[in-house]
Formats: sequence, structure tokens, C-alpha cells
Amino acid sequence: MSEHIVTKKQYGYVFVTLMVLTLVTTYAGMKDLGPLNVVVALAIAVIKASLVVLFFMHVYWSSKLNKIVVVSGIAWLGLLLWLTVTDFASRGWLPFPGK
Amino acid sequence: MANHSLALRHQFDDVAQQKEASTFGMWLFLATEVLFFGGMFLCYTIYRRWYPVAFGMGSNHLSLMLGAVSTAVLICSSYFMACSVNSAANGKKKALVAYLAMTIVLAIAFLVIEMSEWHMLYTEGLMPGFNFTYHEMDPRHVQLFFGLYFSMTGLHASHVTIGIIVLTVMAVRAYRGAFTPDYYTPIEMSGLYWHFVDLVWIFLFPLYYLIARHLQ
Repeated sequence: MSEHIVTKKQYGYVFVTLMVLTLVTTYAGMKDLGPLNVVVALAIAVIKASLVVLFFMHVYWSSKLNKIVVVSGIAWLGLLLWLTVTDFASRGWLPFPGK
Repeated sequence: MANHSLALRHQFDDVAQQKEASTFGMWLFLATEVLFFGGMFLCYTIYRRWYPVAFGMGSNHLSLMLGAVSTAVLICSSYFMACSVNSAANGKKKALVAYLAMTIVLAIAFLVIEMSEWHMLYTEGLMPGFNFTYHEMDPRHVQLFFGLYFSMTGLHASHVTIGIIVLTVMAVRAYRGAFTPDYYTPIEMSGLYWHFVDLVWIFLFPLYYLIARHLQ
């Protein structure tokens, strides 16, 4: 049960980290990192999102049932993205006529 | 109902079970929301793979300043929402109402910033379906970029608007003393919804505002 009460101080640490990461991602976006620009931007977004889900949304302290719902939500999103992207990426690999 | 302040519905054994059921239901709803937005993120991913140059040019018409500031505003708002939940759990009614009010004010600030961005794009003639008059390279696919931009930020803004309504109702209820340290589930559930709105923007910001800044 989520009877755990998160203190304002703990929320404060998460908040400051989120703000710093926003500055970092904005700064990194203006630098030319070649193909790494996308990777850095998305990696920072994933870290920020994880912080929000785990601490602001209390998933870190929540029951197993709720953790499963969160993970399955992300898993279905992953499935949606993965299968569609691999489909588009692999079209044209085999030279079938009239495809 | 013996103890009205607990607001325990008869189908539940105890308050803890009732709260667990609410949290479970809310997370199921949020999982459907993930897929609702997920379809649009997928659409964005595919088209960006196909037309990276047009997407880059479109992206550089957005104001990086406004994007970064609105991200910061939304994160602050999320922080105040988290503090609202903390105040509710500790039974601090005044602080709860104050934090909810600050959350709402920042949510409105976010919408104002977003509207000014949209207005700026409108005056530049970049709003598909209204006045799209872009004559540089590859206007068709730049239009596709802005179509996706307005759909996704528009859907997000509608969620922000719903959030403002929900939080206003919560603030009024809190002011009237509807919540106690034993019963503040509606505040927690509104909080989950509000953090979800923040979560979507955390991905929208880099994908729309940052993709081609280094090429400017």
C-alpha cells in the first residue's frame, strides 16, 4: 500500500534534477553532435520521464499490481513502435516484384 | 456511513483497499492514454524518418526559448502538484489549497505561452488548414510537420485544459474541507493525471523543438 508519504525535500531533489536536465538537453540540442543529437535528446527525456513516474507519481513505492500496469503500458507502446518501425525499415530488403 | 470523513464505499473492506483500487484504475486509464499519444508519436517517428530535412526546417521555425520556458513552467507545476499531495497527506488544508492554486496558475501560464507560439506560427503563415503559405524547400512535407505539431501539441493542450478544470474542482473541494489525511485519494489521482500531462511534454519538447537546432 502506498501509505508512504514523500517529503517536500525529496520532491525538491527530483524537481531540481528535472530542471537541470531540461537545461542540459536544451544546451546539447544547440551543439552539433552528429547522429548523437537524437540519442542524447531521447536519453535525457527517458531519464526525466523515469524520475517523474517513479517519484512524482509514486510508482517507486506503489504495489506490484500497479507496477505491472505501468510496465505493461510501456511494453505495449514499445511493441507498437518496434513492430511498425521494423516493418517500414525492412521494406525493400527483398526484391519481390510487384510488392 | 459511520465515518463520513473516510468516505469509505460499502463495497470495500477498508480505506487502503479502496485507495489501491482507485490507483489501479487510474493507472489503467493512463496506460490507455500512453497508447493514445503513442499512435501519434509513431506517426511522427515514421514521417521524420522519411522526411528528415523538411522536419528539421519546420522545427527551426519554432521558438526554442518558448519551448524551453514552457517545459520549465510545466515541471514547476508538476512539483507544486507533488507538494499538494504531500500537504493533503499531512492534513495541511491551507497549504494544499495554496499549492493547488500555484499548480493551476502555472498550467494557465503554460497554455498562454503555447498560444503565443501558435499565434506566432499563424502570423508566419505556418498553420496547415488555415493559412499555410510556405514557399521554401519541400513545402508539402513541412506542412506535414506542422500538421503533426499542431495535432500533438493541440491534443496535449486539451489535456492541460482538462487538468485545469479537474484541479480547480479539487481546490474548491479542498477549500471546503473535503479531504483529510485518511482520505485524499482524489488529490492523488488528479496528481497522477497532471504528472502524465507533464510526461507527454517531456517527450514533445525534444522531438519538436530540439531536432535540428544544431543545423541552424
